[in-house]
Amino acid sequence: MSPRFEYLLRLGDDALILGQQLGFWTGHGPVLEEDIALTNIGLDQIGQSRAWLSMAGKEEGQGRDEDRLAFHRDQHEFRNALLTERPNGHFGDTIARQFLFDAYAVPLHDALSRSRDPEIAAIAKKCAKESAYHLKHSRGWMVRLGDGTEESHGKIQQSLNGLLPYVGDLFVSDASSQTAQEEGWGVDLATLRPQWESNLESALTESGLERPKATPEQLGGRLGRHTEQLSFLLAEMQVLPRTHPEAKW
Amino acid sequence: MEKKQWPLWEIFIRSRQGLSHRHVGSLHAADAEMALENARDVYTRRQEGASIWVIPADRITASSPDEKDLLFDPADDKVYRHPTFYDLPDEVKHM
Amino acid sequence: MEMDLLQRFEAYVASEKKIEPKDWMPDAYRKTLVRQISQHAHSEIVGMLPEGNWISRAPSLKRKAILMAKVQDEAGHGLYLYSACETLGVERDDLFRDLHIGKAKYSSIFNYPTLNWADIGAVGWLVDGAAIMNQVPLCKCSYGPYARAMVRVCKEESFHQRQGFQIMMTLAQGTEAQKAMAQDALNRWWWPSIMMFGPPDDNSPNSAQSMAWNIKRFSNDELRQKFIDLTVPQAELIGLTIPDADLQWNEDTGHYEHGPIDWEEFNNVIAGHGPCNKERLAARNKAWDDGAWVREAAAAHAEKRAQRKASEESAAA
Ligand SMILES: [Fe+2]
Ligand SMILES: [Fe+2]
Repeated sequence: MSPRFEYLLRLGDDALILGQQLGFWTGHGPVLEEDIALTNIGLDQIGQSRAWLSMAGKEEGQGRDEDRLAFHRDQHEFRNALLTERPNGHFGDTIARQFLFDAYAVPLHDALSRSRDPEIAAIAKKCAKESAYHLKHSRGWMVRLGDGTEESHGKIQQSLNGLLPYVGDLFVSDASSQTAQEEGWGVDLATLRPQWESNLESALTESGLERPKATPEQLGGRLGRHTEQLSFLLAEMQVLPRTHPEAKW
Repeated sequence: MEKKQWPLWEIFIRSRQGLSHRHVGSLHAADAEMALENARDVYTRRQEGASIWVIPADRITASSPDEKDLLFDPADDKVYRHPTFYDLPDEVKHM
Repeated sequence: MEMDLLQRFEAYVASEKKIEPKDWMPDAYRKTLVRQISQHAHSEIVGMLPEGNWISRAPSLKRKAILMAKVQDEAGHGLYLYSACETLGVERDDLFRDLHIGKAKYSSIFNYPTLNWADIGAVGWLVDGAAIMNQVPLCKCSYGPYARAMVRVCKEESFHQRQGFQIMMTLAQGTEAQKAMAQDALNRWWWPSIMMFGPPDDNSPNSAQSMAWNIKRFSNDELRQKFIDLTVPQAELIGLTIPDADLQWNEDTGHYEHGPIDWEEFNNVIAGHGPCNKERLAARNKAWDDGAWVREAAAAHAEKRAQRKASEESAAA
């Protein structure tokens, strides 16, 4: 796998898995307006995954398009961060997962929009606008739930505690990430951590939430070592193209 | 038992520079920021450059329609003029 | 006096003028509108469930995105319609409550299951198609807020039917398994779709009054006939068979004649005995109940913030 193919898969898979998960909220949100908002974010994520995966397929040069990559890879071939595959849980769990991701996606897309590769820069510019909305939305809810009622405060604090150990994958610096930086078409993902930290800290302050004691990080998504949840998620997502491999839809 | 529902906001959008804001509908939101965000999602589909006003519906004072040709009794003490007067009965509903 | 008002109201409406929220209106007009608009709104949001069911399994990323956008549109339609209904002096949460306890009705069509991917095609093509036929005339209905909401709804509906038909067309031209899926979906959705136009005209209790008030503009049978005339050739075009052995073209009338409709089934589903009535209501209730703490939290936060702001201002003053 070329460092660039690897890098693009990571971008595409993060967006795909989040989009797939957000799709479960459509029709089941806590209030009609929020149903629409979550679906919008899910739609953006699917759109982003299509752009990155198409590009990844071209980069690989084996004739795999976005759908081939999305529906015909097994779980160990997925490169999404473990954070993105954590279960939807309750609304607070979904919001916290999205917030932790958005706080990373905003500096990521910002950096990528200055890529030396015009195609990456163009996709990233579009993503950057969307991520800014996403962060506004998820951060707004972190604050509302953190500051809201005793019940909501307890719930969102717990969501946060449960998810923080899974963020490490977002900032893994390996050959792919470093090559991106060196060659100037991408950014070393490890360098995004300080901006993520400051996004997190400011939201914690405003929402009255606490940062739990650091626990060992759960890593592996970028290498294809996932949690149990991913295989279930993929089984459902991939069922039709796998059952009818010769069909067009 | 749950508290009262989120307040209703009236949404006004200026879709292009040079036009005035136009009423497009309403929605429910707990606060103004949420109302703005939701209005953007619901009524503009995040169309760029759109300017949005959100106004709590209960802060709007409306005139009574006594200048139109459907002019009945201009007196404002008629309770039926006020929509909230109507407590709707639990009648059987047909499709 | 009251009679005079009523006559003037009816003359006003008959001259194609719009009634606005603060205008005088007969009590029965208001009640009819609240019933119709809220049922319509409920139908939009319950209608999200059978289709939303397939978002996770859409067979391509493009189809997934289209389906999400489509189902999201229906949420928007629900929202516009609840807003229109609220102008009549009812609260949205009360309308939800009536839905949740099973007191309010919604379109029966959504009590049928979506069993294979072709159902998503059939729903878009037939169910949205029938809905459009019912809804376009409502853009001109006499109640301003409802008419304006319907203009927005109808603008967004056009893509719904097209994406559904396109799914069916792709399947009908696909593998044997895909063709079978498409035909199976058409077999199951055809009759419920043509029942969407409501009972036959000789048995439609509210129709006459609604037509006089310009809330309804065409009869159930007129719209049903129009839908059948348009849809049958579309099915033929893509090589699918309408599941009605009695269906035939009448050269003299220029219309298709259809076989007998099973109104007993229709009434059973309305009475709550359709295949998915319980699941649909349970899903709506679960979403609402699970969301209670979220809605409360947002309200509490808004209140706290308002208080903080007020105390800051009084400290500054
Ligand atoms: Fe709709
Ligand atoms: Fe629709």
